[in-house]
Amino acid sequence: MRHAEEYRDGRIARALGARIARAADPAASYRFMEFCGGHTHAIARYGIEDLLPGNVQLIHGPGCPVCVLPVGRIDAAIRLSERPKVTLCTYGDLMRVPGSHGMSLLRAKATGADIRMIYSALDALRIAEAEPNREVVFFAIGFETTTPPTALAIRLAAERKLKNFTVFCNHVLTPSAIQNILESPDLRTLGRVRLDGFIGPAHVSTVIGSEPYAFFAEEFEKPVVIAGFEPLDVMQAILMLIGQVNEGRHEVENQYRRAVRPQGNDRAKADVAEVFELRKSFEWRGLGLVPYSGLRLKNAYAAFDAERHFGIEYLPAPDNPACECGAILRGVKKPTDCKLFGTVCTPETPMGSCMVSAEGACAAHWTYGRFRDREAS
Amino acid sequence: MSPKAYRRKLDIRNGRVDLSHGAGGRAMAQLVADLFHEAFDNDWLRRGNDQAAFDVAQGRMVMTTDSYVVSPLFFLGGDIGSLAVHGTINDVAMAGAQPLYLSASFILEEGLALAELKRIADSMGAAARAAGVPIVTGDTKVVERGKADGVFISTTGIGVVPPGLDLSAEKALPGDRVILSGTIGDHGVAVMSKRQNLSFETEIISDSAALHGLVATMVTAGGQGLRVMRDPTRGGLGATLNELAQQSGVGFRIAEEAVPVKPEVTAACELLGLDPLHVANEGKLVAVVAPESAEAVLAAMRAHPLGCAAAIIGEAVADENRFVEMTTGFGGGRIVDWLSGEQLPRIC
Ligand code: SF4
Repeated sequence: MRHAEEYRDGRIARALGARIARAADPAASYRFMEFCGGHTHAIARYGIEDLLPGNVQLIHGPGCPVCVLPVGRIDAAIRLSERPKVTLCTYGDLMRVPGSHGMSLLRAKATGADIRMIYSALDALRIAEAEPNREVVFFAIGFETTTPPTALAIRLAAERKLKNFTVFCNHVLTPSAIQNILESPDLRTLGRVRLDGFIGPAHVSTVIGSEPYAFFAEEFEKPVVIAGFEPLDVMQAILMLIGQVNEGRHEVENQYRRAVRPQGNDRAKADVAEVFELRKSFEWRGLGLVPYSGLRLKNAYAAFDAERHFGIEYLPAPDNPACECGAILRGVKKPTDCKLFGTVCTPETPMGSCMVSAEGACAAHWTYGRFRDREAS
Repeated sequence: MSPKAYRRKLDIRNGRVDLSHGAGGRAMAQLVADLFHEAFDNDWLRRGNDQAAFDVAQGRMVMTTDSYVVSPLFFLGGDIGSLAVHGTINDVAMAGAQPLYLSASFILEEGLALAELKRIADSMGAAARAAGVPIVTGDTKVVERGKADGVFISTTGIGVVPPGLDLSAEKALPGDRVILSGTIGDHGVAVMSKRQNLSFETEIISDSAALHGLVATMVTAGGQGLRVMRDPTRGGLGATLNELAQQSGVGFRIAEEAVPVKPEVTAACELLGLDPLHVANEGKLVAVVAPESAEAVLAAMRAHPLGCAAAIIGEAVADENRFVEMTTGFGGGRIVDWLSGEQLPRIC
């Protein structure tokens, strides 16, 4: 990780900022969506907006795994955790996501559910092996980056013939979500959002490669530049996007060559394909039901599928009506457009999922960027 | 308490804490005498009373108390015992005070190895002696297995403030300088790297240390120019600056480049998804100092071994929002907020 400093050099950043300012046509404006929560976080954490000219705007996208999980899925996890003998293993961020009726996994834990915070799918597997009389469920979420480790845990569980390990699978796919945004009425017919290009995912692209984005670039005529998560990566990508827009190009370019290959990581893709298959549709917070956007376990691994093992029925549940996460995840609104932002809703008492994870648009703006609201007002 | 009354020696090598060690009988008396008194030995304990009596100093006294529940009990650079001594001494010292006496209270879990308890008690005794602050009274309770995690320790400290000094958290004024005594994040990362479910190897050692010596040199150098001091423990530098901003009704502006962080701590934080600004320290302090005294205080700190990496990291400003804002090394601006939610396990 020591190399990281070279991608955070303030002098290079200022020089790049100046190049961006020269490249941007003062008579035009540029609106780019960063799909990934990792980029949202880097942009806020390093104050990248301060280094960009006013006519270059960044729109936060739906690539924060905690944010896009709908209320119904949180409710299902809470119900699961309340069953006798169940130990639910989850990433820390998910603990505070509000479900229905003011419940969250954190509250369920306080009232006695056995919920454990873990750092990886393999931690859950270890717990299952160490405690054979508990029913250990891994609450799996995330995009293509976190899917291979879940697949590995499931295959190991099968090899070791574990009878007390299942996965509540909520893995989702990036390309389907991008397509959904590009096809949304907000963009196509209502003209509520204008997007001039995408900053493409970093880690996700190391797995799926750059090829899957070619379709959007082509079909929707939007440039895509895949970028690393370091702040200089993001700035470089912005410069490349401006170049494409100015030249009327819409191609997939790869800023993150040090890690992303066109075809991605075949081994990881094969591991995932061995265990998972596409769901017909999956509900996303903000985007609604998105066809072929989520994964579930194949029949061969049905014994490890918590949904089948426990007969979990999916009950959709409404968001808090005042919460604007849905519109924010589609790029239609900003955190400050929400009446609850910073008043009722803060990271201590999140009312919606975007205020929970550090990658969420509301949490990132509250935690790092809210001083700019004062300057604006 | 005459040791002759007990035939059998405490089996420190193989023995374990059992419920009789908290029951008020001979087993308890023996544990206290052979293990704790042995480790902490001083005149007050030798008198064997349930309290310690001492003369009262002239002037203002300070008193503080803290509990220690760190897991694991032992980590690189310290253990729960030395932490319980250093942490409470530091809370006394942050008033600019000279710490005088400590008390220590133990909650032991049935089954704790006596060898571990002895290691902890010896380390407390050594830390207290090195600091010149004796542990003069204490208490021990034992709870059933599963009702605690090895050992919990509470320490209370009292000290005396030099005449004319009145440090307090509401005293920061716009224009005051913010001085940090050294690198941040060392303690939290040292403890977290020891935890079994975070398996990575680092050479990071906890900074756990008693700061009253450093404070004394600052008081001499800065005098009335010292407005407030605080040790950024839980919640890290970020939480401390936000607390002071709230209590003083000011904002702070700091520069990321001025905040010292060891490269290995930065790397570990990266891996753990943490911000070093939110990671606990146990041997660092933040001082808000009047601008005219800042250079003198800084020089005094740098001349002390525990302040050799001290730096002015920013200043207090008038700000009704009481924001702590930071210019990032990258050149942009950001808020430094409190850590939200308790994502971190027990670190102190
Ligand atoms: S501020 Fe809170 S309630 Fe409003 S959109 Fe964001 S997460 Fe939802």
